[in-house]
Amino acid sequence: MDIFLQQLVNGLVLGSIYALVALGYTMVYGILELINFAHGEVTMIGAMVALSVIGVLMGAAPDLPGVMVVLAGILVAIPACMALAFGIEKVAYRPLRKAPRLAPLITAIGVSIILQNLAMLIWGRQYVSFPPLLPVARFEFLGAHISLLQIVIVVLAVTIMAGLWLLVEKSRLGRAMRATAQSKEVAELMGVNVDRVISATFIIGAAIAAIAGVMVSAYYGLAHYYMGFMLGLKAFSAAVLGGIGNIAGAMLGGLLLGVIEALGAGYIGDITGGFLGSHYQDVFAFFVLILVLVFRPSGLLGERVANRA
Amino acid sequence: MTTLLSVHGLKVAYGGIHAVRGIDFEVASGELVCLIGANGAGKSSTLKGLMGLVPHGGSIHFDGERVQHAATHTIVARGLALVPEGRGVFGRLTVAENLDMGAYIRRDKPGIKADLARAYEHFPRLAERRAQLAGTLSGGEQQMLAIARAMMGRPRLLLLDEPSMGLAPLMVQKIYETIATIAGEGVTILLVEQNANLALKVSHRAYVMESGAITLSGPSAELANDPQVRAAYLGE
Ligand SMILES: Nc1ncnc2c1ncn2[C@@H]1O[C@H](COP(=O)(O)OP(=O)(O)OP(=O)(O)O)[C@@H](O)[C@H]1O
Ligand SMILES: [Mg+2]
Repeated sequence: MDIFLQQLVNGLVLGSIYALVALGYTMVYGILELINFAHGEVTMIGAMVALSVIGVLMGAAPDLPGVMVVLAGILVAIPACMALAFGIEKVAYRPLRKAPRLAPLITAIGVSIILQNLAMLIWGRQYVSFPPLLPVARFEFLGAHISLLQIVIVVLAVTIMAGLWLLVEKSRLGRAMRATAQSKEVAELMGVNVDRVISATFIIGAAIAAIAGVMVSAYYGLAHYYMGFMLGLKAFSAAVLGGIGNIAGAMLGGLLLGVIEALGAGYIGDITGGFLGSHYQDVFAFFVLILVLVFRPSGLLGERVANRA
Repeated sequence: MTTLLSVHGLKVAYGGIHAVRGIDFEVASGELVCLIGANGAGKSSTLKGLMGLVPHGGSIHFDGERVQHAATHTIVARGLALVPEGRGVFGRLTVAENLDMGAYIRRDKPGIKADLARAYEHFPRLAERRAQLAGTLSGGEQQMLAIARAMMGRPRLLLLDEPSMGLAPLMVQKIYETIATIAGEGVTILLVEQNANLALKVSHRAYVMESGAITLSGPSAELANDPQVRAAYLGE
């Protein structure tokens, strides 16, 4: 019983990070019908930039409290990722907006590879460790252990999701985003600067990704130039699970995927009689992706859309 | 009367297809002008050219200023509004949100609120359905919404692309009453129609378009009696 609860907790924590990254995929898809494969790399860059800032600050101001140092890292990573995503959209995707859909898709993969290699040149091939700056505290809850970091991650993720929900549903920009997602032409006819709305969509997704990147590296204690690939793929799977283009779906899909993954990793040994171990954790995301694509391509909350590829 | 819109040599082409072949026309302030023509004559392309939605040549002056090659949203900000063919309501936004989108360029909250109240007063159907997704409205209700939404931007020139398309006679009548009301409030209107009968009745002046060119123009009452027009467009 307590392994179940423990894995559920772990899954919800990981899942809330997946959900944050999935939002970036789903918002861009909702507006452009583009799978922005570079989004995972934007998340990675967020983690890397934050770690660099943290490293510099630890050297320059050793007396600064750890929480402040991490916060400073996040506060630099956010605008860095926003600027990066703004640039990617403008340089790589905007010129292809009227091109056949395959062109921007391949471009997205290209951008993703470029960013990986750039990160490798800047930060090297080795793992960058997340210094032990955050207070360590553990709580027990019905036999499951929950760390302070886990609680902070979930609370922050939920706050961000609630904020995004408000922005999309209640604000003028949010309404313009939803209108643009339905028809760019009619949105322009309402006086919406569609280019600007698309930029805003990329920028908001990137800001959230920067935070998620720092979360994931703090959680695992490390970052790596290649981490965006797997994280991006899982977040994309989560977005598809929830129904790509659907914001609530990305949130739900992320949480579900985290839980499925954690429970799967917790029990796979038992189920296979010890043949497969918990390091097969990563398999579950793709298993889920394949099942969804086969049986319910529109995802859990997505509308049934005809195949427009 | 002062000229609000003047168009010279407007051309619209899609690849090798010349949809509009250099047309001239004018709309004076306060006028209701209609542009009639058969399927594929180039009417919608003309309106899209005016709104900057398609690449075009020639010159367009609105209120004395050149507007062509501007982005659509800046043209909207200058006071042009288009109710597109097929209505173009945002199906997954509510009726109220659609109307809010119509006022997107405005910042005067009290004015917007007053106009919203007026829109609901004029279209009680929309008021009843304000929280409903626009995609669930009937065709006629969607047309009302599209017109009401365009009016929320307080345009100085309203472009209407076949507002009667696909509607039952009673609904067409209601839509045309609305158009007459809007015109009566002093809004300048350029109305595109295939339904020449109605358009000629409600408008002051008319242009007849054929294969991308304007072939006839004049006061609507005269054109309605023109044997050529009667034969070609009024089914006689
Ligand atoms: N996006 C497009 N790509 C290629 N050709 C187009 C496009 N839009 C319109 N056309 C062509 O341009 C010509 C004029 O079309 P347009 O829609 O302006 O006509 P219309 O007068 O509005 O017709 P209708 O009364 O049927 O709406 C047609 O021959 C049409 O096939
Ligand atoms: Mg047309």
